[in-house]
Amino acid sequence: MKRTTYLSLTLLALASVFTSCTNQGKKSNGALTSNAAERVYVPPGQYDEFYGFLSGGFSGQLGVYGIPSGRLLKVVPVFSQDPEKAYGYNEETKPMLNTTHGFIPWDDTHHPDVSQTNGVLDGRWIFMNANNTPRVARIDLTSFETAEIMEIPNSAGNHNSAFVTENTEYVVAGTRFSVPIPQRDMPIKDYKGNFKASLSFLSVDQDNGHMDLSFQIRLPGFNYDLAHPGRDKSHGWIFITTYNTEEAYTLQEVNSSQNDKDFIAAVNWKKAEEYIKAGKFTTEATEYAHNIYNEETHTATSTIKKEVRVLEASELPGLVYFLPTPKSPHGCDVDPTGEYIVGNGKLSADLTVHSFTKMLDAIENKKFDGEAYGIPILNFEDVLGGTVKQPGLGPLHTEFDDKGNAYTTFFISSEVVKWKVGTWEIIDRKPTYYSPGHLSIPGGNSQKPWGKYLLAMNKITKDRYLPTGPELTQSAQLYDITGDKMVLLSDFPTIGEPHYASMVPAELIQPKSRKIYNLEENEHAHATTKDSDVRIERNGKEVHVYMTMIRSHLNPDNIEGIKVGDKVYFHLTNLEQDFDVPHGFAVMGAENAELLVMPGQTETLVWYPKKVGVWPFYCSDFCSALHQEMSGYIRVSPEDSNIELSWGLGD
Amino acid sequence: MVLGALVPLLLFVFPLWKITLEAPQYPTPLGMHIYINDFADANPHDIKNINLMNHYVGMKYIPDAIPEFEIFPYGIVITTVIGLIIGFMGNHKWYLYWFIMMVLVSTAGLIDFYIWEHDYGHNLDPNAILKFTNEDGTPMGFQPPFFGTKHILNFTAHSYPRLGAYFLALGIALGLIAYQVGKKEKGKETLENRT
Repeated sequence: MKRTTYLSLTLLALASVFTSCTNQGKKSNGALTSNAAERVYVPPGQYDEFYGFLSGGFSGQLGVYGIPSGRLLKVVPVFSQDPEKAYGYNEETKPMLNTTHGFIPWDDTHHPDVSQTNGVLDGRWIFMNANNTPRVARIDLTSFETAEIMEIPNSAGNHNSAFVTENTEYVVAGTRFSVPIPQRDMPIKDYKGNFKASLSFLSVDQDNGHMDLSFQIRLPGFNYDLAHPGRDKSHGWIFITTYNTEEAYTLQEVNSSQNDKDFIAAVNWKKAEEYIKAGKFTTEATEYAHNIYNEETHTATSTIKKEVRVLEASELPGLVYFLPTPKSPHGCDVDPTGEYIVGNGKLSADLTVHSFTKMLDAIENKKFDGEAYGIPILNFEDVLGGTVKQPGLGPLHTEFDDKGNAYTTFFISSEVVKWKVGTWEIIDRKPTYYSPGHLSIPGGNSQKPWGKYLLAMNKITKDRYLPTGPELTQSAQLYDITGDKMVLLSDFPTIGEPHYASMVPAELIQPKSRKIYNLEENEHAHATTKDSDVRIERNGKEVHVYMTMIRSHLNPDNIEGIKVGDKVYFHLTNLEQDFDVPHGFAVMGAENAELLVMPGQTETLVWYPKKVGVWPFYCSDFCSALHQEMSGYIRVSPEDSNIELSWGLGD
Repeated sequence: MVLGALVPLLLFVFPLWKITLEAPQYPTPLGMHIYINDFADANPHDIKNINLMNHYVGMKYIPDAIPEFEIFPYGIVITTVIGLIIGFMGNHKWYLYWFIMMVLVSTAGLIDFYIWEHDYGHNLDPNAILKFTNEDGTPMGFQPPFFGTKHILNFTAHSYPRLGAYFLALGIALGLIAYQVGKKEKGKETLENRT
């Protein structure tokens, strides 16, 4: 009896020790962790450790944030017009948004992916997709501007894009929606067998980053959702999730969710290169725009290209294999060793992980379980590497740290779950607020993750911030993942909808960041690099104003002889050669935007004078102590007046 | 002595002087190197940016060239040639004369530099955008320091000799040393001759 009492007392004491420990642990792991503020606080004048590039989703742009502070550093205009910087409004950047559908002022962007060398982020460029009117953009990380946009033909819903192979050999873009190829007038109900998909390989020039649509692989008419290029041992392959292998075309939420398993398509792009070399492609007529911004002329050009090389997956053995994967997998993620391919089956209770080694073995020994449109389906059991049992509801995306752990977001159960690659055991789970889509770890999709932070990007914020009417911000939540348990550090609002994000150590980019454009290298067709070249030229109803800007005047600042009905081109050259001295240009009644001209740059704004009068123009960026004085007047006379063109400054 | 005559030629390689301007808005300070024959940016576009800033208070633009840039290189070459001739003549008394000449030439150069600085800082455009006055009501000047550090409005200006000046000084010093060594040896010779 006594013994039992002692025992129970001891147990009780131990229990209380444990519970109090647990309680303490809970306290220090919660959102209210006492030093969480310190860990995200970056004192004034100091720099963040990482750049965070968050897709702007339906804003069409790219948000650049400092991590861990969450401070917004810049919004890079990519697929949407931006009146703040005149992107898509000035004459120089309008061609960037040109497509074979005409000028497209908006898009929906999802997946920024940083260029790599030897499987490690190198901070040269970011590639990012436009989902709606299929395109891939390249953003230069010295200027933080969109340098190139390539339209993707034979594609619709460019969601499965833009993913970078480990030496940036290719940027890969797949189609989410299958469509008739070539496009034609046909009944929607004849979808099955007639609609097709394309997987596009854009080669990248390693010197200047220029993209070229090297070839496309034609695939059966499923929905191709997300992709991940192989890493290290699986380099040369790319893995792509599919859903709607049912080939449904209506009420997809039900009809596309019937099959017990969809596929991950494993595509051997080294094999594709061999087939291209061997001439096994057909050259198809098509149309797509290729837009490039030139930093010397400060001007973009748009070229329409007319053909593409196509490899037919169903006819070329060894090019594509299907790996059965339960229930409409969404994210497809490859671990840093390249061995494991995670299929985040969004309607599945478990996470399915395929083994690359087993896949190669199954291919070699022909362990097939039928075929689809001539493409072998590998036997599920023979490629399965492991299963994470009951991790949560609605798995969407997985990233990896540098210690052999994986982290998966669960949309329905609003959480991030940490699990061990290889043993498949669940180590930790933390709530997110609410419903995360992607998550990001610096380098977490490459061979070399920097396993310090994890950013979960939430679709829904409900009550998390002060309300702003019916439309609320979306958010990013930052976790410290250096310990066994994840620690929620902060959350911050984001522009648009953040889908994927790339985080890059600042030291890879910061030293290369451009400060000015060299005036001596300005080759803009309408540049005015010295005040003696300031002039106005009339050509019928077209008037070209060659104007300079420098602290603190616009030259000329008095213009007369403009008439109603003219089309006035203001070609503004910023003569400054000092860091952080842009000048703006705004003219009353302009129907487009302002200009924001960087030092050494030339930009052009078109203005249609409609009313007789004297109208002011001014610098819209507070540039100097005499910024308010940096303004001028333009006199607009009636259409039939005979006032001669004249201009001046300080006369 | 020959070495002393040659070392100042390094003035054609290294700057003579440097003026640096520091302000909070210029995390990388603005700077200007003064060579024997040129003004040069410390960092690209510095002189342009100094001009841009200084025009607010009515200071003249730093010219691309000043007449001195024509004269100084000849001065250095001529003094070097003279130094070499003297060196080969080997008469130590002439070493001293060369030394004195060099000190005089350098002093003249420094005085010229000071006069230019004074004019640059005080000869202001009467229509300057910003006008500042000293406590006694006289117009404020913006002359950079001749030697040392000085606060001018929101700027801290530094003005110090650079490598070229040190080589010039070294050359002149070598001339003096050569004179003294020569003198001693001459003395020894005389002693030896006597004994």
